Amino acid sequence: MSVRLLYFARIRERIGIDGEVCEPPCDVITVADLLDWLCDRGPQYQNAFADRAKVRCALDQEMVPLSALIAATTEIALFPPVTGG
Amino acid sequence: MKRISIQTADFDPGAELALLEASGVGGVASFTGVVRSEGGVTAMTLEHYPGMTEKALNALADAAIARWPLAGATIIHRVGTLYPGDRIVLVATASAHRAAALESCAFLIDRLKTDAPFWKKEQRGEDAAWVEARAGDDKAAGRWQ
Repeated sequence: MSVRLLYFARIRERIGIDGEVCEPPCDVITVADLLDWLCDRGPQYQNAFADRAKVRCALDQEMVPLSALIAATTEIALFPPVTGG
Repeated sequence: MKRISIQTADFDPGAELALLEASGVGGVASFTGVVRSEGGVTAMTLEHYPGMTEKALNALADAAIARWPLAGATIIHRVGTLYPGDRIVLVATASAHRAAALESCAFLIDRLKTDAPFWKKEQRGEDAAWVEARAGDDKAAGRWQ
């Protein structure tokens, strides 16, 4: 299953790209699993996701906790806590 | 009447409030956020998540309209590079009742700070740093549960 990943703010800067399409293996069930899988891909991902308390996620543009299941999602955004207003 | 806008251009608070006043209900409350001049900030860049931002702000306005008797709700948020003294955000509500107007206005800005995908980066001379989210913002948003 291929998904579109989007990165914003500090996470975008640390990974070095604003998004990518990838195909996580079937044992990647939750957002937290996805972060673990991405961290295996290189130091830029480890650096971006080192502090999990400061990682937020939206599945198909709805904010969810990192424990959320990613099944049937087409767009996954990863970003730091929001600071608008 | 619901008005949502994400824009790089400045907005005119007086003109926006006049639109709500024209609803004829008798009360308009508003909050305007401005880039601080203190702390040596020379510029601020606002990034957002196009698509989700519009959805999140529409959902907030809908929640306010469902919870309070409102004749109108306006949310305008700027993105891009801003400078000290520049307006960032306007939230405004119109109601026949002042408590409804004031409370819904506070609800919108409190929840916008935790629910809408915007990120601020502050520039101080040559140095740039992402603004950290504050625990107080979660607390302020939490009081509307």
